[in-house]
Parts: sequence; C-alpha cells; structure tokens
Amino acid sequence: MQPVPDAAAGAPLAGAAAAAGPDLGGLLKLSARGDTVAFSQLYDATASRIHGLVVRVVRDRAQAEEVTQEVFLEVWRQSGRFDPERGSALSWLMTIAHRKAVDRVRSAEAASRRDVAYEQHNQVPDHDVTAEAAHASLEARRVRAALTHLTTVQREAIELAYFGGYTHTEVAALLDLPVGTAKTRIRDGLIRLRDTIGVGR
Amino acid sequence: MTDQDHALSGAYAVDALDDLERARFEAHLSNCPDCRDEVDGLREASALLGIDAVEPSPALRAAVLAGIKDIRPLPPILEEPEVRDELAERRTRRLLSRVPLLVAAAVVLLLAVGTAWVRPWSEETTPGQGPQLSPAEQIIAAADATSVEKHFPDGAVATIVHSRSLGRALIKTEDMPPAPAGKVYELWFQTPAGEMVRAGLMPPLRDQTFPLEGDGSRAVGVGITVEPAGGSDQPSAEPIAYFPLT
Repeated sequence: MQPVPDAAAGAPLAGAAAAAGPDLGGLLKLSARGDTVAFSQLYDATASRIHGLVVRVVRDRAQAEEVTQEVFLEVWRQSGRFDPERGSALSWLMTIAHRKAVDRVRSAEAASRRDVAYEQHNQVPDHDVTAEAAHASLEARRVRAALTHLTTVQREAIELAYFGGYTHTEVAALLDLPVGTAKTRIRDGLIRLRDTIGVGR
Repeated sequence: MTDQDHALSGAYAVDALDDLERARFEAHLSNCPDCRDEVDGLREASALLGIDAVEPSPALRAAVLAGIKDIRPLPPILEEPEVRDELAERRTRRLLSRVPLLVAAAVVLLLAVGTAWVRPWSEETTPGQGPQLSPAEQIIAAADATSVEKHFPDGAVATIVHSRSLGRALIKTEDMPPAPAGKVYELWFQTPAGEMVRAGLMPPLRDQTFPLEGDGSRAVGVGITVEPAGGSDQPSAEPIAYFPLT
C-alpha cells in the first residue's frame, strides 16, 4: 500500500464546488470554532461568487454590498450548522446569500431598484471581468450547456425566480402561465439541471 | 402529504414562495425526508446558476472581518434530521410520562399556596376546595392531560397540552420566531365535524405558555395558522402546524 498523499485527503466536492480551491467545508468547521483566519480564507475563496449572485439579484451596488456583508456575518454565525451530508459548502453559502438577496429586493424600500439601478450596473462594470471570466468559463460552459436541455419556459421560470427574486405566482403572471404551473416548471427545470450536471441526488 | 406539497420543493429551493407558503412548506419538510433530500439536491443545482463573479470592495472585507469579532458562532445542531421524528416521538413519550410528575409538582404547589387561603386578598381561594391554580397549571395537572409536540425545521418547538375533562388546552413554544410583519399566529380547535373554531391569538413571544381560549372538550385537533394582524374568523390558509388530539 502506498501512503495516501496529502493532496488526496480532501474529498473532491461535487458540482458547484468542483473548481479547484480550498476545502470550504473544512474552513466552515474551523470558523465554527472561532478561527477568524480560516474564515478570512473562506471569504477570499467565495466573496466574488457570493457577491456576483447578490449583485445579480439586488442590482443596486450599494445595497448589494450591504447584503453581501450581512451574508458573511450570517455565514460566520451559522458556520457550525453546515452539514456536509446535505450538500456542498458552496451550495450552502449560495443558499444563505440568495435568501438574503431575495429578502432585500422584496422589502419595500427596494421597490424602485429594478429600473434605475439595473441600468447603472450594466453600464459601469467596475471590476476585472477578464480574469474572473477566464476562471469561471469552464464551469460556466457546463452550466450553459446544461441549460440548453431545459425547455424555454423552464429556463425563463427559473431565471425569473432565481435572479429576479419573484415568487412562483408572480412568475406565472409574468410568463402568462396558468396559476399554479410555474412552480411545476421551476421544479422540473431544476431536476433536469441537477440530473444533467450530476449534482445532488 | 399530498403531491401539492411536494410540488413546491423547486420553488422553495429558489426562494420563490411567499411567507405563508414558506411557513407551510417548512412545516411539511419537518415531516418529509424525501422532500428534504429533494430540496438539498435542487439547491445544489440552483447554486450553479450564479456563475458570474463580482469582486466586492476591499472595504467590505475589512467590515466583515471586523464584524465577526462581535458575533459568537452558533453551536452545531446535535440532532440528526433523519432521526428527528423518532426523537420527537420519544420526547413526547417522555413528556407524557412526566405528566404524573407534573401532577405531583402541582400538588406541592397546591400545598405551598394552601396556606394562602387565610389571607384576606385571596378571595378566589375557596376553602375546602383547595386554592385556584392558574389555567395553565390546571391543564398540566389534569389527570387526563396529554401532550403533542411539533418540531419546526428552524429548531422551534411547540407543544400542546390538552385535558379533555377540563375542555382546555395550552400551547408552549420554545424559540418560535414571531409571525411575519403584520401577521399573527392564530390558534384553532378542530371539531369532530372538521370545523376550525377560533382559540385565540398567540402573543408575539418566542418562549411562552399560552392557554387556548374556548371549549376544547370535544376537539380532535389544534391548528396554528398565520393570519393578518387581529386574526380571522376562519383560517385563511392551511395550518403551519397541526396537532392531533387523542
């Protein structure tokens, strides 16, 4: 028997977390014990991905930064609650981020963000797109390829719900679907996405 | 549960439920391991959608790392979700087995306050019949008291203790988050005919013991719904929790 090299010690994470990088689950575990250095590594490894999602949903840059800050404080607070049996660490982080972003856009004071802020965001990209695009391109290609396996309605329903922050009832109205069918489109589409990319169970 | 409940798993995974639907679905999730697994898998899939990276400002990093210094990470949840239902059952049995002890405690309490009847201000104390216990104490002390416990996915626990002979019930909550803004939790007795009869509005407290209003002598169950502030005369949605009574 050969000794197992260190590099193999961390089991590869499925799907979302497949990109090479630190063991996010391990960093969460250390964070739960109060390890601020581990948490800062977790932040560095995931902040741009989390913030990308929050910006996409919230759109207004200033509000998005507030939300991302709330997300990471919540991640720190909840770090001991992460259960690797139930999914990848990145998915857990994205779930927290998405919920906070959706809460923000649904709250009353954000009612006007959809028009003004979106234009600003799209006209002034103030981050280094190239490097990030290269980093994300491989995974992005996989996801885009998987999305082509969805029907148009499934894809539209998922995008309106996930990035638009709309409820399934609102999605049905936006897509002129009969009441109660958008939730089925969202579920069917996510199941197909899950099975095509091979994440989850 | 019905297909209707399962059908919400996708919308739940992408936060596309309104507050009421979410509360109801989470109540369903606490009893449905299949749905929990499905939600986990669908969240894994939806997390892939957010592939655009945007670097936050350096000031944000500093603010986060400064902010965590004031926050204590929560302890891990020690229960395995898969055995939670079994644990809940065991806990219910344990609580049930404790009911006689509670009776004993009530007797002690009764002895302790028994001397109070001579005091002039304890008019409500009727000599010969023993002192009055609070409604909650009476329910817990009743010989036929039974309890039903419900665990929510966020860790909140609600327990109904019911005495058919007294026709009364109480709800005890632990760490139960308040209803969404502008809403209240309303309690209902279900009659043998299936009707829901108002049994009061829960005070907005996380931890409390609250005696239900009205006659529960024939009730077959207790339900909690989320209603607009002030409550409703009829439940406006399916209960977020339902406690069958024996």
